[in-house]
Amino acid sequence: MSAPLSWNRLPRVEPRAIHRLSHRWEAPPDRLPRPLLAYGNGRSYGDVCLSERGSLLLTRSLDRFIAFDPVQGIIRCEAGVTLGEILALVVPHGWFLASTPGTRLATVGGAIANDVHGKNHHEVGSFGHHVRALELWRSDGRVIECGPDQNQEWFRATVGGLGLTGLMRWAEIQLMPIQNPWMWVQSQRFANLEAFWLLNREAEAHWPYTVAWIDCLARGRARGRGILLSGQHAAAQTDLPAFKTGGKRVPFDPPFSLVNRLSLRGFNALYYRQPIKPQGALTHYLPYFYPLDAIQDWNRIYGRKGFYQYQCVIPPEPAELAIAALLDTIASHGEGSFLAVLKTFGNKPSLGMLSFARPGTTLALDFPNRGDKTLRLLAALDSIVKEAGGALYPGKDARMPASLFRSGYPQWQAFSEYIDPNFSSRFWQRVTQ
Amino acid sequence: MNALKRVIIFGATSTIAEQTARQLIAQGASLYCIGRNPHKLEAMLADLKVRAGSNQRVDGTAADLTDSSRHEALIAAAEAFLGGVDGVLIAHGTLPDQQACQQEVATMRREIETNALSVLSLLTLLANRLEPQGRGVIAVISSVAGDRGRQSNYLYGAAKGMVSLFAQGLRNRLAKSNVDVVTIKPGFVDTPMTAEFDKSGLLWTKPEQIAAGIIKAMQKGKGEVYLPWFWWGIMLIIKHIPEAIFKRLSL
Repeated sequence: MSAPLSWNRLPRVEPRAIHRLSHRWEAPPDRLPRPLLAYGNGRSYGDVCLSERGSLLLTRSLDRFIAFDPVQGIIRCEAGVTLGEILALVVPHGWFLASTPGTRLATVGGAIANDVHGKNHHEVGSFGHHVRALELWRSDGRVIECGPDQNQEWFRATVGGLGLTGLMRWAEIQLMPIQNPWMWVQSQRFANLEAFWLLNREAEAHWPYTVAWIDCLARGRARGRGILLSGQHAAAQTDLPAFKTGGKRVPFDPPFSLVNRLSLRGFNALYYRQPIKPQGALTHYLPYFYPLDAIQDWNRIYGRKGFYQYQCVIPPEPAELAIAALLDTIASHGEGSFLAVLKTFGNKPSLGMLSFARPGTTLALDFPNRGDKTLRLLAALDSIVKEAGGALYPGKDARMPASLFRSGYPQWQAFSEYIDPNFSSRFWQRVTQ
Repeated sequence: MNALKRVIIFGATSTIAEQTARQLIAQGASLYCIGRNPHKLEAMLADLKVRAGSNQRVDGTAADLTDSSRHEALIAAAEAFLGGVDGVLIAHGTLPDQQACQQEVATMRREIETNALSVLSLLTLLANRLEPQGRGVIAVISSVAGDRGRQSNYLYGAAKGMVSLFAQGLRNRLAKSNVDVVTIKPGFVDTPMTAEFDKSGLLWTKPEQIAAGIIKAMQKGKGEVYLPWFWWGIMLIIKHIPEAIFKRLSL
């Protein structure tokens, strides 16, 4: 079997063994070289889901629903079920995930282990806030059920715990009611970063979902120009348009990255000039939340060398200056990102000891892997993030220095008490040893 | 076209059968599932019940199908629960250890019992149930391994070969009663049964695809179906290699 990859297709490392779990009560066999690590649907980036010294436990076949209460909107399922599989089941019953990342192909286990967030973080917090309970298998044979009201310390360690506290076997999630599968979405153009802050403050006060795309190649007075998308679930109405799903895919690995300086400049300039809808329009939830899921294997456009995701969060106080400095640094390196995403988090404290989401502003970028050149730029960005007291997102990281991880996650040592002694990841070895 | 509204699945917790069950549920069927492992069956039934609509019925029972004395009662229970039968899928089986079967007659006999005789028992009883109603479909999962004996797993091949041949005769018999008998011959499928194989080759197929092929074949009332289809070509060649050459090959 070829070695599983993470979504940005780097690093390429081989585990010593791969084992697929078929049933949730099945304990990983003793013959597997330790340490162990669960691998879901490979939608995290970098090496939080990869192992070099031990074995990967494939959890995608743990894909059974256990119970669904369509009156209360509570679903319990095995950890390998994807968010998309949940939505396909619950949306016709008038329920939705209270928090969802930008892909529905992530598993429930992965969403909890990375405590993922969505465009409505400022209203509802992150994924972990909506988990009612989960079950953890520990390599000493113990099984721990935990949640916000039981074994809280295990819950706080496991939410955002990067799969290190043991094998998550099932979880129970509180859903959110909706009237129909449609979104009401408004888009507004802003001329620069200063305009973004004003517009965003206004939008956050009125809209449950907000996110901005920015053109990170624009410089000078246009620095940080972009488009702000604000959305809400559509109200009950009878006259809804028809929606047809159709998939495209990237069928092979191009020999070099199709994302380069030329295509980036063109794409960013065009994207900024797209027709906007300041009055708002109806959009189906699939293209609104998961535009990239429509193109299967989109990550291949970066070629065989893969790409780096860079997602940081900057605390509120220094955010305006630091985000400006980050954009200046990117533009001066000429290393644009295809889609730079800017979003402010709300003040709801995350539950997990290692959760990424925290009050402040998050900027997410991806860069084609051009070797040292790219790494030098990312190191320059690191120093701005560190200076500002920010943190990087482990679920999107393939290279952050240990010092930046430790300063961004001051609870990391307290967290280590909860790590299963027979579990580890390449990420964890990298930032703690 | 056979409408698959009420379906019985034997060996329901096998990966292929479970995927087939999910797809049948998505198409609006009611199911009665029989599986050996009660834990697996319970988890599967809970999942199917969550996926099923309010007008669909799902239940099942755990049973060891090598005990053929229970077959009659199992079929009756399923029929009573579903209120009739449109289709049956027989999917249980093991992948025997060829070496062990060569060493021990008892092991060899047990594997034949599991993979062939228990299937023939079910087929006999089901045929007699469906024949008078004059409609319905019985599908049985055989294997490409049953097309020719090979040194690497001829015990499994012999068992599946018996199933294929028996089903062929039954198909012939039931044709005039308008009951279809479908022999499914999957190639290499990526399931726990084949966990020890290297699956990087092109010949490996996902169980979801096999499941979709099974349902289509049952609806259309096909005779013998290779899944995926290209195994028909592969087996055509393998079947026609002259014995003088074949015996020297290490297949």
